[in-house]
Amino acid sequence: MKTAVVAAIIGVTAGLAAAAPASAATLDDVRARGYLQCGVHTGLFGFAEVDNNGEWAGFDVDYCRAIASAIFDDPTAVRFTPLSAAERFTALQSGAIDVLVRITTWTMTRDASLGLTFAGVNYYDGQGFLVPADAGFETAADLDGGTICVQTGTTTELNLADYFNSRGLTFTAIAVADRAEAISAFEAGRCDAFTADASNVYSARMTLATPANYEVLPEVISKEPLGPMVRIGDPQWLNIVRWTHYALLNAEELGVTQANVAEMLASPNPEIQRLLGQNGAAFGEMIGLTNDWAARIITQIGNYGEIFDRNLGAGSPLGIERGLNALWNAGGIQYGMPIR
Amino acid sequence: MALGDHAFVRRAPVAPRPPPRGVVGPLAWLRNNLFSSPANTATTILIALFLAWTVPPLIRWLFIDAAWTGDDRSVCLDGGACWAFIGAKINLILYGQYPPDERWRIVLVAALFVAGLVPLAIPRVPGKRWNVVYLLVVFPVIAFMLLTGIGIGLDKVPTDRWGGLFVTLVAAVMGIVISLPLGILLALGRRSKLPVVRWLSTAFIEFWRGVPLVAVLFMASVMLPIFLPPGVTFDKLLRAMLCIAIFYSAYMAEVVRGGLQAVPKGQYEGSMALGLSWFQQMRLVVMPQALTVVIPGIVNTFIALFKDTSLIMVIGLFDLLGMLKSATNDSDWASPSVPATAYVFAGIIYWVFCFGLSRYSVFIERRLSRGKLHR
Repeated sequence: MKTAVVAAIIGVTAGLAAAAPASAATLDDVRARGYLQCGVHTGLFGFAEVDNNGEWAGFDVDYCRAIASAIFDDPTAVRFTPLSAAERFTALQSGAIDVLVRITTWTMTRDASLGLTFAGVNYYDGQGFLVPADAGFETAADLDGGTICVQTGTTTELNLADYFNSRGLTFTAIAVADRAEAISAFEAGRCDAFTADASNVYSARMTLATPANYEVLPEVISKEPLGPMVRIGDPQWLNIVRWTHYALLNAEELGVTQANVAEMLASPNPEIQRLLGQNGAAFGEMIGLTNDWAARIITQIGNYGEIFDRNLGAGSPLGIERGLNALWNAGGIQYGMPIR
Repeated sequence: MALGDHAFVRRAPVAPRPPPRGVVGPLAWLRNNLFSSPANTATTILIALFLAWTVPPLIRWLFIDAAWTGDDRSVCLDGGACWAFIGAKINLILYGQYPPDERWRIVLVAALFVAGLVPLAIPRVPGKRWNVVYLLVVFPVIAFMLLTGIGIGLDKVPTDRWGGLFVTLVAAVMGIVISLPLGILLALGRRSKLPVVRWLSTAFIEFWRGVPLVAVLFMASVMLPIFLPPGVTFDKLLRAMLCIAIFYSAYMAEVVRGGLQAVPKGQYEGSMALGLSWFQQMRLVVMPQALTVVIPGIVNTFIALFKDTSLIMVIGLFDLLGMLKSATNDSDWASPSVPATAYVFAGIIYWVFCFGLSRYSVFIERRLSRGKLHR
């Protein structure tokens, strides 16, 4: 009797364990379902916002739409699942979403322990500083001896101490529990600078009464590479997400935009022909898509530069500089692997 | 020879003299109510100073400096409340991301609900039995079909597009409708003479009362999917709503148990002596008395439940508060006053609903206790 129960329990557990990785071909599931399930932030300036009509918009959101465009040629074939930080990985592990595009920092621990993997880095973030424009600070080192507002209990606070201590500089931290509180302390003049991840610093500046009176220092003092995640064990799906990212980068590099993609189909440039699947280039098929996969993405969403500009950069209220996210041949480190 | 002929006899009564100034009038009222002792005087002055310190800036912020109209953040930089933001987002706040062309379905369901609830809430209106059947059987089916679009040929609207006040109300109504009957059953179970029923009920109640709701919600949203076989996904919103309902049924059970214990033993014995079965005893004698006693407790639990629906925000669902919070992350509206405005607005909406519930409970209490209790 007892053995039977134990055997049953082992059987059930083994059954669950065997079934645990959601079915191998995510692409088939997505096709059968008719839409992509994409995990995004519950609301973050520029990355995932809900507009007045209830539609999702933003940098991460556009990545979801780009993947949907590659598969279905339809940027609306996406269901967005807003996720809190705590549940984001479980949602992906359990198969509730197909891809997680939610400002997630690529770290070794996450790669090694979650059964998930990063498909690339769509945004190189890092800790930055917001200072009053008229205070005369030009680099973070100018803040030596100053006071800095920071949110407690974050890696931001630790990075700050590491940076200053390793350079023999001194500073006084005004640590407050809440980000909004840290910003208001800064606005009230209680500290010389406010520090957080750069993308956050830009949105913090937006919530100040007069954003123009403040500027973001050019340097970042930590590495926060943010990227989309997928489950380990489905190389085809990993490739789809990864090469969607590279297609966006290559399109920008080759000057293929949403506006000119139709003319570019006839371009004599072999690199553009390979990207857009012209002249017999059959790269989409290799990852289970159609050969015009990249042309679909660019027609529906635009290239990396356009996505960046529209949601985060000069074309958005945030006005974030390209910085590290400029292409490799324009002073940044975004580098699209060659399609060939 | 009438008495009235004498000059020294008054023909009319003396006009009453006004009461002394220390007894009536505004001054006396002030003295009696605000300055009756040194301690009261000090308290009055402190409170008056506090109000003088806080109210004018609040009024300034809420009304005078507030931006009432506008299309983006530029109108909301004067330091007052940004009501223009609420105006721009009102559809989002009410309906969440429900497709704009389908919002009429929510309005229709709300109208059907009110049509069922109002006659039920007014004691004079006859036909309560059919009313209850409509509200608890017919209405949920219609509402489910209309809102999800399943079964009646309308466009399907998945729950990830539900949000705003709509979801708050759905979660609250579902929580209330499930938790009250379940709570009554659990309370009866806990007082049952059958040991297994009693133990199970007690264990259920103590388990759910012993864990925080946030932990339950996290378990349901983070852990449950890991235990379920792959491919089996169980709607996140439904999970959250069931958690709230089950959690509050444990609280409800304890409230109802308090009522059961307040019913005198003689009532149980008397109904038993009449030869009523256990169910008849409970239905006809005990429950009507027990529930009347605990109306304030029940409504208190309803109000707590209503407000706690906002906790579903932590698992990424967009109820009223979650939707407002998410809406503040619109870079077109990023400004210093937008988050504060959003929270104040959410507070006002929650207050209106909770105050309404509380007033109705007072009304029902008065009505049921009429001529029965000495107050």
